[in-house]
Amino acid sequence: MPEVRVRKRVLVIEEIFHEGGPPAEKPLRRAATLAVIHNPFAGEYVPEIAGFMEDLNPLGLDMAQSLVAALGGDPKVVEGYGKGAIVGQAGELEHGALWHVPGGYAMREILGNAKAIVASTKKIGCLGTRLDVPITHINASYVRSHFDAMEVGVADAPRADEMLLALVMTTGPRVHARVGGLKASEIKGEDGLR
Amino acid sequence: MKARIRKIITFVEETRSEMDKPVNPPTRRAAAAAVIDNPFAGKYVEDLTELMEIGEELGSLLAERAVSALGIPGPSAESYGKAAAVGENGELEHAAAILHPRLGTPVRKVLGKGAALIPSAKKRGSLGVSLDIPLGHKDAAFVRSHFDAMEIRVHDAPRANEILVAIAVTDSGRPLPRVGGLAKDQIKGEDGLR
Repeated sequence: MPEVRVRKRVLVIEEIFHEGGPPAEKPLRRAATLAVIHNPFAGEYVPEIAGFMEDLNPLGLDMAQSLVAALGGDPKVVEGYGKGAIVGQAGELEHGALWHVPGGYAMREILGNAKAIVASTKKIGCLGTRLDVPITHINASYVRSHFDAMEVGVADAPRADEMLLALVMTTGPRVHARVGGLKASEIKGEDGLR
Repeated sequence: MKARIRKIITFVEETRSEMDKPVNPPTRRAAAAAVIDNPFAGKYVEDLTELMEIGEELGSLLAERAVSALGIPGPSAESYGKAAAVGENGELEHAAAILHPRLGTPVRKVLGKGAALIPSAKKRGSLGVSLDIPLGHKDAAFVRSHFDAMEIRVHDAPRANEILVAIAVTDSGRPLPRVGGLAKDQIKGEDGLR
């Protein structure tokens, strides 16, 4: 399988103090790391692509580590996560699907075998296309306070023969979460759901 | 703090290649942006002193955030720029009050020097509006390799009664500069121009 060629890396950190209500005791932080890589399958239909997932593993781990570092270095502060991909117009949606395994398992590994499935999204796009990366609790998908999303994008990517890969981590619930549901303090954290 | 800050966002971009030609070392730029209440939204106010004071606070806060996101000492920064987007109930003059009278001095304090004018841009806009923050060499505005800009946007800002304020700092010029002009190793750095 081809090597992974990275053109650009982007890191975005949001620190949210309030959204019109009382300022949070601990501001919510959301961080996204983005990698713009060459799409080795752009421009033609390639039947066998799955091997590229393994090639992406080191990049996934490096990106997950950079997110933890951006949030202060302690994986224990991470409570939510998500992932996504934007495939340039000479590629296929299926190329974006290659990111599910290396992106998701990298974060779960770095976070101490997090239990919940990593929420994800993907699409075909062009320079500046924005992606709303969905976010859920890392150990129990049903924790309502942690349902969130972070919009990401890069002004000059993806070019037609590129893919933009994204990982997102957050440090807590929405800043004024108050619509009930399963609380983070109530989860069992065994099945990844509750 | 005078400013009521809703959120702070930090962006770091690292360009590792262009047209498959490696950029060695990678060029890096960082921007820090704050979303603040506009105390004068919806009315004409003659005296804009409060926004000037907010500009002074943000100059130091955002310059520190941007430099620390690059992980370099302030004096190692090579270029800088600033920009603001005023929400729909504000005036362009509100952005001017933040950016021009007092913001520069604390920025230069963080960077050690800064003989050159800090290039700036301002506009009125809505949620997700893009800011193209102009960039120029911090000690000599004519350094051609450092004429650049960094696009940022915050998907949920500025709301009508808010202002988005951003400062960008780099440790380098454009990725593969080759259009001649004054080079950074030729500058005197005294008059801010050459």
